[in-house]
Amino acid sequence: MPKLTVDGIEVEVPPGATVLQACEMAGKEIPRFCYHERLSIAGNCRMCLVELEKAPKPIASCAYPVADNMVVHTDTPTVRAARRGVMEFLLINHPLDCPICDQGGECDLQDQAMGYGFDHSRYAENKRAVKDKELGPLIKTSMNRCIHCTRCVRFATEVAGVPELGATGRGEQMEIGTYVEHALTSELSGNMIDLCPVGALTSKPYAFVARPWELVRTDGIDATDAVGSNIRIDSRGPQVLRILPRLNEAVNEEWISDKARFSVDGLTRRRLDRPWMREGGKLRPASWAEAFAAIAARASGLGGDRIAALAGDMADLESMVALRDLMAALGSGNIDCRQDGARIDASRRDFYLFNSTIAGIERADAALLIGTNPRREAAVLNSRLRKRWLAGRFPIGVIGEAADLTYGYEHLGDGPAALTALLDGSAAFLETLKAAKHPMVIVGQGALARPDGAAVLAAAWTVAREIGALSEEWHGFNMLHTAAARVGALDIGFLPHGDGRGRDGILAGCEQGDVDLVWLLGADEIPMERLGRAFVVYQGHHGDAGAKRADVILPGAAYVEKDGTWLNTEGRLQQGFRAVFPPGEAKEDWAIIRAASAVLGATLSYNDLAGVRARAAALGAGRLDAPVGGGCADLGGPSGDPRALATDAFASPVRDFYRTDPIGRASPTMAACAATVAAPEAVAAE
Amino acid sequence: MTDRASPAAAYEGGPDNFAFSEATRKLAEKQIAKYPEGKQASAVKGLLDLAMRQMEDETGSRWLPRAAMDHVAGILGMAPIRVYEVASFYTMFKTRPVGRHHLQVCTTTPCWLRGSDAVLAACRRAAGNVPDGTVSEDGEFSVEEVECLGACVNAPVLWVGDYFYEDLDGQATERILEALKRGEHPAPGSAKGRQTSAPEGGPTTLKEVPPHQPYRPDPPAPEPAAPQADAGE
Repeated sequence: MPKLTVDGIEVEVPPGATVLQACEMAGKEIPRFCYHERLSIAGNCRMCLVELEKAPKPIASCAYPVADNMVVHTDTPTVRAARRGVMEFLLINHPLDCPICDQGGECDLQDQAMGYGFDHSRYAENKRAVKDKELGPLIKTSMNRCIHCTRCVRFATEVAGVPELGATGRGEQMEIGTYVEHALTSELSGNMIDLCPVGALTSKPYAFVARPWELVRTDGIDATDAVGSNIRIDSRGPQVLRILPRLNEAVNEEWISDKARFSVDGLTRRRLDRPWMREGGKLRPASWAEAFAAIAARASGLGGDRIAALAGDMADLESMVALRDLMAALGSGNIDCRQDGARIDASRRDFYLFNSTIAGIERADAALLIGTNPRREAAVLNSRLRKRWLAGRFPIGVIGEAADLTYGYEHLGDGPAALTALLDGSAAFLETLKAAKHPMVIVGQGALARPDGAAVLAAAWTVAREIGALSEEWHGFNMLHTAAARVGALDIGFLPHGDGRGRDGILAGCEQGDVDLVWLLGADEIPMERLGRAFVVYQGHHGDAGAKRADVILPGAAYVEKDGTWLNTEGRLQQGFRAVFPPGEAKEDWAIIRAASAVLGATLSYNDLAGVRARAAALGAGRLDAPVGGGCADLGGPSGDPRALATDAFASPVRDFYRTDPIGRASPTMAACAATVAAPEAVAAE
Repeated sequence: MTDRASPAAAYEGGPDNFAFSEATRKLAEKQIAKYPEGKQASAVKGLLDLAMRQMEDETGSRWLPRAAMDHVAGILGMAPIRVYEVASFYTMFKTRPVGRHHLQVCTTTPCWLRGSDAVLAACRRAAGNVPDGTVSEDGEFSVEEVECLGACVNAPVLWVGDYFYEDLDGQATERILEALKRGEHPAPGSAKGRQTSAPEGGPTTLKEVPPHQPYRPDPPAPEPAAPQADAGE
């Protein structure tokens, strides 16, 4: 390990580190624009100049590898003069429009100009003018401000895997853009806004909305997919204005998907802000007391077997605990959280988790994707797969749709036939998987939400066992969920009890008139027409499919409006905090159920969040408190006959990446994105 | 079209389809074979040049439409934007249509001092005084001022196609342009009849072959003479 001295501090750094990294380890801050930890090194902004003893001139520390016995100075008159010179060059063509720039207040150039800028300009010449680029409905460009750091180009090429941005032209005429104008086709494009060190790329929906110092920041968990990305919710007064990623190396690094970032404007539209009840076929506003009374009136005298509950994809753990307890108190075992009908075996926790962990993808050396399109189902996780693929020697086999996943793979087949071929050893890819030390099998919901789902699950497990993916040291069986609520619901047993009905049973019961009351906790993704004549209680936050069908609507809180717990697809328990209050008379969901329980004569035992969480811990004992990741202790597979496979091709459950949940469906931004994807030519022509 | 569009922006227009001919494909394979397996992208500049020359053969105008860049990207397995970056960086790749004869006039200091203004004026006249970078109405000429072509000894210089016309003045330029317009191939090189970069009016030194001087080793150094006493001292 090379040792070097930075400003008199001796540091030891790993070989191959750069001088900039060494300076950071010594606690010295080096200004930079183009350098970014997660991108390749470009070395073109020259802001990170430091002085190296015995070097004739200042060096760009980001691109300079360390060597033993270097002596580096980061704060000498030479260094300052050099950085001032660089800053002056950068500002030659940078417009002085900070007062109308959305980056103002959180701009690297602005901040560093305070440290290294002059108080006046020595240039009388005109600044250059660059045509703004049209990059789609999410990113607003102001290319005059661009300082050509190429972070966006490198992000698009390396992380997002859509090499669409480039630097065309040269010298003063160099421009960043797509050359042929079109919207970016990445699900991660919003991260370029965070990466841009100036105001060249800013958020289009957030344009001219707020200044960063007006915002209140709250830590939250993204509930638009099952990755559980860590987010920062920026709000002002009663409204969430934007969502940014928070650093979590184990989950989302520092990226979030466009859906997580931009469906914010759906939070203020189509909201359920007061209870409603159906009278004479029409919904009318009601009070909480009226709504509860209507439910109590319908529920009175009903046997538990005629009552059912379904939990939706964004529900928090607390509300599902309360609803589960309420249903148990009413004597009903008809509860289910799998609104897509996935045949998940919840008898053991590692049957339904992403056991290798997201960070563990980087340890894997082969992967088999079954019935999943991670690019659409978990965009951030997909970028981790791409990162591993870029590192090399990572053969990937795909059974399912042959979609563009941003990395290369071998397409083994469309449907279960390819899985059978792996089982009976006739597929050549089996040898590749067997040769791997840490192979992964990733099963998507598209492979399970079908009649032969249990067989697919068992077959996938068998393949994982056969290729040696299951050991005490490495657990290579992974399930990729699409719903933020799912793992938590499975952990607390939000599943049919006793001889209770599952999702299909509930729907069939409604159709046949065997189930009279259905409680939908934010469940919008079920075929509402199959609810028949049942009395539907919809508890949720958006006027989506469920609310349309409901007989009583109980307005709940969206994921940013409550203190909630979500478990991501790895089984990682994460808590988000309330950023804003739910609108109008809407309440936190567990509290609604608690209040309803009193009216229904089945009062729940807890009165505060701590009480619900204690109850959750009791229900999920051994699951919620289990560590994330770990090896496989028991090779015994899930129930299901791996040979009972059907023949239809696997299809990803996510057809429209941007509109998978009620918030996304209410968001005009997500609608614009979906329209761009559907007809890129038409939008580009506008 | 009057503005001089930035090379960083794409040209809207040009053929929708482009594919290498059999002959070009063979040349391209030779280019690609120069680089090791997995580094085929290194051949991008060679292939772009081949594409421009094929365009000249097919349409008479040596330029690089987007379809051609996409075709090259497809052959080399590169993202199209990576090819656009290369093509828009180098000024010798013309991403906009040029005339049958693209007149590139050097106006850097040595040529300018030797009268490139007259050459440029003649070229512009021949192109019907359309703005630089655009094609004359008859499609014959387009004019571009370029930086030093490295032929300062023979300034001023005009570069057309693969040839340099040197030692020009206004009239010589006009003669060359008329010949080009007639479809002739005026001889490249000095308009004043100079042999390459030799002095005007023939050599001034080394006029005749020096007389043959057979090799002869140096004569042995004379023995140092013994110091002699000076009688006068």
